Amino acid sequence: MSARTELARSSRRRRTVALAAVATTAVLLAAGCTSNEPPEDEGSAAPQVAAEGNDEPGEKVVIGFSAPAADHGWMGAITQSAVDTADQYSDVELRQAEATNDVNVQISQVEQFINDGVDAIVLLPFDGAALTEVATKAMDAGIPVINVDREFSSPFAARATVLGDNYGMGVSAGTYICEQLGDTPDAVVAEVAGIDSLPLTQDRSKGFKDALSDCGLDVDARVAADFTVQGGETATSNLLQAEPKIDAIWNHDDDQGVGVLAAIENAGRDEFFMVGGAGSLDVMEHIKADDSVLQATVIYPSTQAADGIKLARLVVHDKNMGDLVSAGVPRTTQLYAPVVTADNVDQYMSIGFRS
Amino acid sequence: MSTQVDASPAAESRSSWLSGPAGRTVGLVVALVLLAVVGVITGGERFASLDNVMTILRLASVTGVLAIGMTFVITAGGIDLSVGSVLGLATVWASTLATQTMAEDLHWTVMVLTGLAVGTAAGLINGLIIAYGKVVAFIATLAMMIAARGLAEMISGRQTQVVQVDGFLDFVRADFIGVPVLVWMFVVVAVAGWFLFNRTTFGRRTVAVGGNAEASRLAGIKVQRHLLYVYGLSGLTAGIAGVMMLGRTTAGTSTNGLYYELEVIAAVVVGGTLLIGGRGTIVGTVIGVLIFAMLTNVFTINNLSISAQNVAKGVIIVVAVLIQQRFAARSTST
Repeated sequence: MSARTELARSSRRRRTVALAAVATTAVLLAAGCTSNEPPEDEGSAAPQVAAEGNDEPGEKVVIGFSAPAADHGWMGAITQSAVDTADQYSDVELRQAEATNDVNVQISQVEQFINDGVDAIVLLPFDGAALTEVATKAMDAGIPVINVDREFSSPFAARATVLGDNYGMGVSAGTYICEQLGDTPDAVVAEVAGIDSLPLTQDRSKGFKDALSDCGLDVDARVAADFTVQGGETATSNLLQAEPKIDAIWNHDDDQGVGVLAAIENAGRDEFFMVGGAGSLDVMEHIKADDSVLQATVIYPSTQAADGIKLARLVVHDKNMGDLVSAGVPRTTQLYAPVVTADNVDQYMSIGFRS
Repeated sequence: MSTQVDASPAAESRSSWLSGPAGRTVGLVVALVLLAVVGVITGGERFASLDNVMTILRLASVTGVLAIGMTFVITAGGIDLSVGSVLGLATVWASTLATQTMAEDLHWTVMVLTGLAVGTAAGLINGLIIAYGKVVAFIATLAMMIAARGLAEMISGRQTQVVQVDGFLDFVRADFIGVPVLVWMFVVVAVAGWFLFNRTTFGRRTVAVGGNAEASRLAGIKVQRHLLYVYGLSGLTAGIAGVMMLGRTTAGTSTNGLYYELEVIAAVVVGGTLLIGGRGTIVGTVIGVLIFAMLTNVFTINNLSISAQNVAKGVIIVVAVLIQQRFAARSTST
């Protein structure tokens, strides 16, 4: 398990390891080893421990965690990686309220955490707005809430927020397709979106369109599925029927991508290449083996809740995040949406999730 | 029901006591107490605190209100599968920009009235189709369940509508004698439901229609009109529950109340209301709802999975119905 996270963090670490080493030494020299700061230091501006020092065991932190039901691979991976990350820390006790898609029950789980007086709450709400009220109540009770993926409707409801980058996913996918097709201005680009009415789908599509227009391409055909295998299959069969020749397809979501691939194989088409979305292990294996039209996928990190657990621990310990100079864990952390191709797939296999 | 042909008066009185409302209620209370004991043993002070009692009651109150309406419907020999969807529709309709603007201009109760009106209207449509269109209740309310969810998605555009009306928020956030307003609403609906069921001709007619519609008609009860009212009542409770849900989440979305119909029917049946109609109990329903809410709470306190919890719920439902059938067989001997 620790090897997994090790790999997950490796890219970030490589870039910053030199700086981190310098910073750690400097801070340790200046402030001494301060992993057990008393709470009255809260709000003090001095960065206490930097980089690797953050992983040293400190006071025990009880974290309440709640997320929606794992009805698709990505959501399953969210919970799993959060639990795995919590397990790595001897000073973290995770109270896991099991996944539910009923906001009424999820609210009562948070109320339970407040009653229990946990030290922090990591919450991936089924519906951000619906959980805002009870999250604010937790914050008022002095319990920091780390909001993951689906944003609350009030800034008072969370101490810190971890988000994916939906617009960035579209940009990454569009830029990659531009690199591949840039010299053929009349190339046919198709898009298989998720649930069209969701803001996240609209953001992804907008990013995709903006990036394509940068190299003179546009979306020639677009269908929307519903994030399910069945929906992906249906939408893609129709798309392939309508477009006799395609050069590239971007599919927003690797869970529905299983159905998209099935439709492509049923139709016996292979004149185009496909870019996925989210980053499932299944898709990464296809990319690595080069046995399908799948050439790349764009990551929407399923390790967001794991980040939330780490941030919650740092907030409670009143420490700083990684190599930032400014004091305190940042309010918002938006994660990067890198493109995974055959060249770098090994680097990302560890954070791929099972559909 | 009371036409016993048992041999000895002693046997008759014993069986009628066991199968009577008191006996069933005692059984339910024992089950609730047992569950509470399990909660205290496994959760200690985390379970046995006033805060936790309120957490359980708040969780129970939304489904509890739905269950009161459902008790009338099932006692009248029907079923209402649409309550969850109608609840969702009510939360959406009561929180649209137009409704909220109107609530800001006039009074926050506009939102409440909108929710109640939407629920009641949906219930009356169910009633019309069932009573006068002679469509089986299962099918009519199944259609409403699908259509109301779809309408809620259309109105909201599948977006979440956040409530901004301060008057409404102040009301639902308030406590009265240390008890949240949501729980009071459940209490009021339960007491009103009990009174209507046990102390009025409306309640007696509901039992009569569910027991034997034809005999009721011959006895002079306007069965069709009564059924219309019963489904309207169920719609009204769905509207009330929608307003409560809106208060609890401060957001209207089309996914509110998903699968609540099943939870509610389970609670009503476990409470001792016969699914074939003709017998119902409001007290039993309330305890049934509390049993399920407490079960969720005990499982959460012990970090047990929702999946395991669902298995436990399934077992409870089957056991409860098996026991009921025993009673039913005994009380209708011959």
